[in-house]
Amino acid sequence: MPGNPLPDAEQLLTALIEQMRPAIGPETGLVGIHTGGVWVAERLHQALNLQTPLATLDVSFYRDDYQARGLHRDVKRSEIPFEVEGRDLVLVDDVLYTGRTIRAALNEIFDYGRPTAVRLATLVDRDGRQLPIAAQFVGAKLALKPGHSIGLRRDARGRLELELREAKS
Amino acid sequence: MWLTANPQLDKKGQLHHLLTLEGLPAEILWQILDTAKSFVGTRVKKFPLLRGKSVFNVFFEPSTRTRTTFEIAAKRLSADVINLNISASSQSKGESLLDTVDNLSAMHADMFVVRHGESGAPHFIARHVAPDIHVINAGDGRHSHPTQGLLDMYTIRHYKKDFSNLRVAIVGDVLHSRVARSQIHALTTLGCPEIRVIGPKTLLPANVEQLGVHVYHDMRLGLKDVDVVTMLRLQNERMQGALLPSAQEFYKFYGLTGDKLAAAKPDAIVLHPGPMNRGVEIDSSVADGKQSVILPQVTFGIAIRMAVMSIMAGNK
Repeated sequence: MPGNPLPDAEQLLTALIEQMRPAIGPETGLVGIHTGGVWVAERLHQALNLQTPLATLDVSFYRDDYQARGLHRDVKRSEIPFEVEGRDLVLVDDVLYTGRTIRAALNEIFDYGRPTAVRLATLVDRDGRQLPIAAQFVGAKLALKPGHSIGLRRDARGRLELELREAKS
Repeated sequence: MWLTANPQLDKKGQLHHLLTLEGLPAEILWQILDTAKSFVGTRVKKFPLLRGKSVFNVFFEPSTRTRTTFEIAAKRLSADVINLNISASSQSKGESLLDTVDNLSAMHADMFVVRHGESGAPHFIARHVAPDIHVINAGDGRHSHPTQGLLDMYTIRHYKKDFSNLRVAIVGDVLHSRVARSQIHALTTLGCPEIRVIGPKTLLPANVEQLGVHVYHDMRLGLKDVDVVTMLRLQNERMQGALLPSAQEFYKFYGLTGDKLAAAKPDAIVLHPGPMNRGVEIDSSVADGKQSVILPQVTFGIAIRMAVMSIMAGNK
């Protein structure tokens, strides 16, 4: 899109694939976080030729803002179609921001079992962390103006695109 | 506006108490059914949503299954559960319902799950508790049993996918059944085009047609080409006077046998809220047969109760 100040999501995806390829094995389990993280994870899973089926996580039941905001309207079922116990995992999200989603995802994963290691891959690593969480595989690092956020869109052909959003709250 | 005055909804129109399915917006029914789906079949044993919350199961009328499934649901959400069997204690000492509720509120409950023999008791309690306490009706008199109605909807949706082409028959003691009323309201809201009630005149409420249902007194006619059959329990404990000649005669005319079920569609499913009277309203061969979804109903019931609790507890 002309005038989009953000990096091209497809290029970031390619960068992410190249970073991950030497660092993972055929037994590595990929876990995408709904919704954007699942889109990214689907593409990574295909490009990296992983044998382990893709897992998807909806962290709504583990979020720390449940007391303040209530339950998300459209909760998806988490599907982890492999044994978590003793596995090397890579969590995949579209944007890493406060780190709270990742905290919730880690808690949920450990309810399934004890993985050997969990690493984090994210398309965009933006400033504003509120927890000691870092990504090992990063498409791009960005600093945003306060009140702005980044979201991921997927068009009908499956192409990913980043968009700038004015935060509502 | 009766909708804004719906005592079950908060100012934002979100679910605050669950008292009856009558007048509950379709959007909230779908939200509960969708949320329950994410709890079904998960390998997670315990979700942290209700950690630190106290759920009081307040049962003024005995029930094992409903109380147990509420208890399991609350515990799987990490809540602390306190079971109170009131019929055996305070009420026999003469305490009023309101005093009982005040006492329980003073024990810092976050949620009451109430079963009561009198219709309307959970509404009464919901009106009197502090604004941050949630009340779930677990069955009141002949009036309503909303979580049972919801788990029936979940079960039907699970097997039939969609309500818009379904023919559903509710058979037996409709007069005394809060399950039947809850089902009729939920099916209507979710867009089921044809609901039938089947039973002897003495066990159907007067003017039941006003709920938009078709009435049949002949089982084979009523079951013809239906997709879903809900059998109701013959509620001996609620029967006053001679509404029926005998259980044997009821079985002969209205008991679900393989022979009568053959009138329904070949892929029709059979529901029963339990506990079953085998050989009275349902034959063992049907109850244990391949069209029966009675045990899945129990499993789905836990997910439905988890969904209701986690939606309500998140609504301020």
